Amino acid sequence: MDILQIVGLGLAVTFLVLILKERNPVFALLLSMIAGIIIFIMLVDQIQLILNMLSKMAETAHLNNVYVATILKIIGIAYISDFGAEIAKDAGQGALAGKIELAGKVVILVMAIPIMTSIVETVMNLMPQVGGG
Amino acid sequence: MPLDVNTIFQIAGIGIIVAMIQTVLKQMGKDDWAQWVTLIGFVVILYMAATLIGNLFDKIKNVFLFM
Repeated sequence: MDILQIVGLGLAVTFLVLILKERNPVFALLLSMIAGIIIFIMLVDQIQLILNMLSKMAETAHLNNVYVATILKIIGIAYISDFGAEIAKDAGQGALAGKIELAGKVVILVMAIPIMTSIVETVMNLMPQVGGG
Repeated sequence: MPLDVNTIFQIAGIGIIVAMIQTVLKQMGKDDWAQWVTLIGFVVILYMAATLIGNLFDKIKNVFLFM
């Protein structure tokens, strides 16, 4: 029944924001931001269940723990940067939102460096000794 | 969770009351006071928002294995 709570909260906050917007735009923005935060906090527990399942499956499949941790980190970065970018976009700062998203992409690429390196190394090992090795 | 939802309605209430006080003060001709009231309300709400965002980031750090 959590979903009903969240949807009801979202609708209530929507109307409150509509009321506040014409009088006090800054407060309206803060209110919608806090509603987003609270919905996210409600969802974090469920996300934790999913991630626990994922990491258990990875353990069963004898995957390298580093890669799973990296992927989870990447998912977290994607969520959090999207969250920040949406808030900035709501405030009318489209350029700032774009920069936040850019930062998220760059950080994700940096985190993916070890994985990509290992992929390239694996491919090089598979190939016959022609150039590198 | 009930506490979290209370925070939202608290903030909406603060916003509406501050807007009312602002209108009354402006009609009385005390524009500078009205500005101060808005500023203080904003700071209070910003403090609450900062606390909540800190909570959220802590939780995300825990969940997504950030050390």
